Amino acid sequence: MKELSLHILDIVQNSIKAGAKNIEIIINESTADNLMTIEINDNGSGMSKEFLKKVKDPFVTTRTTRKMGMGISLFEAAAVQCGGGLDIESELGVGTKVKASFELMSIDRAPLGDMAETMMTIISGSPEPEYLYRHTKDGKVFELDTVQLKEILGDVPLDMPEVLSWITGYIKEGLAELNI
Amino acid sequence: MKSLAELQAIREKMLNQVNLRKDREDGIRVVVGMATCGIAAGARPVLNAFMSEIEKKNLANVTVTQTGCIGMCRLEPIVEVYMPGEEKVTYVKMTEDKVARIVTEHIINQKPVNEFTIGAAE
Ligand SMILES: Nc1ncnc2c1ncn2[C@@H]1O[C@H](COP(=O)(O)OP(=O)(O)OP(=O)(O)O)[C@@H](O)[C@H]1O
Ligand SMILES: [Mg+2]
Repeated sequence: MKELSLHILDIVQNSIKAGAKNIEIIINESTADNLMTIEINDNGSGMSKEFLKKVKDPFVTTRTTRKMGMGISLFEAAAVQCGGGLDIESELGVGTKVKASFELMSIDRAPLGDMAETMMTIISGSPEPEYLYRHTKDGKVFELDTVQLKEILGDVPLDMPEVLSWITGYIKEGLAELNI
Repeated sequence: MKSLAELQAIREKMLNQVNLRKDREDGIRVVVGMATCGIAAGARPVLNAFMSEIEKKNLANVTVTQTGCIGMCRLEPIVEVYMPGEEKVTYVKMTEDKVARIVTEHIINQKPVNEFTIGAAE
């Protein structure tokens, strides 16, 4: 995939399929440490120890439409190709944490790409779970929390076109303030 | 600058449109495949192009939803259009620049764009 934000969109689909009610997307960029980390945490069904051991293998999937599950192995490849790696913690009945790290300045690192479009796509596809997106760059923080948005919106659903385009704009402007 | 106050204003405006949800429920559905295969092939910008085209043309009765992998990965991005009372139409190998024609010719003027459909691809 061309952008890390596309991997994020894809990895979050795993959390949604696992029935998560709360999903966190935490991105950290530190110029001083030449490090970027992306964490996707959920409270979905989780995976057993045995399954977790082999989940990075592309031939491991519980899907039925094809024999390969590519999401996690592609994300790991994107991290490894720029001197980083992927770590997954998971517990049945509790949830899953996927953490990828990247060498921030590596020329082999895929660009982050359009996080506003990724968040909008996630929220419009599955508006039920709560999403927390926190992006920190060199100490400055941008945050979007759907719990807060739903409090403001009341009965108006999150996936109305006007609301979705507000969300896209809000993220774009918020990240621009962080020079992202 | 987009603010939370602006979101509050959107809420107030929406609350006055009581038929909104009903319109959306009886309306036209556009379904975009958003599994790994779809995302890798470019489904996200296709979905976004549909959303902005529909917002631009003020088509309140059209909803854009997403689905997982339907087992035809090599034809992704795949978009299905459901018009009430019609058979679904499946568009394959979608790109952003095919979206405007599908919205105008199919969704508004009710004539599917045959050259983009799965029938034409196979
Ligand atoms: N957050 C999660 N919670 C629970 N199970 C998970 C989670 N993420 C992945 N899994 C399990 O690991 C498997 C492999 O995931 P992966 O994303 O690599 O492939 P996939 O989702 O099966 O297919 P693809 O991503 O190619 O559409 C999944 O089928 C699922 O069983
Ligand atoms: Mg997956």
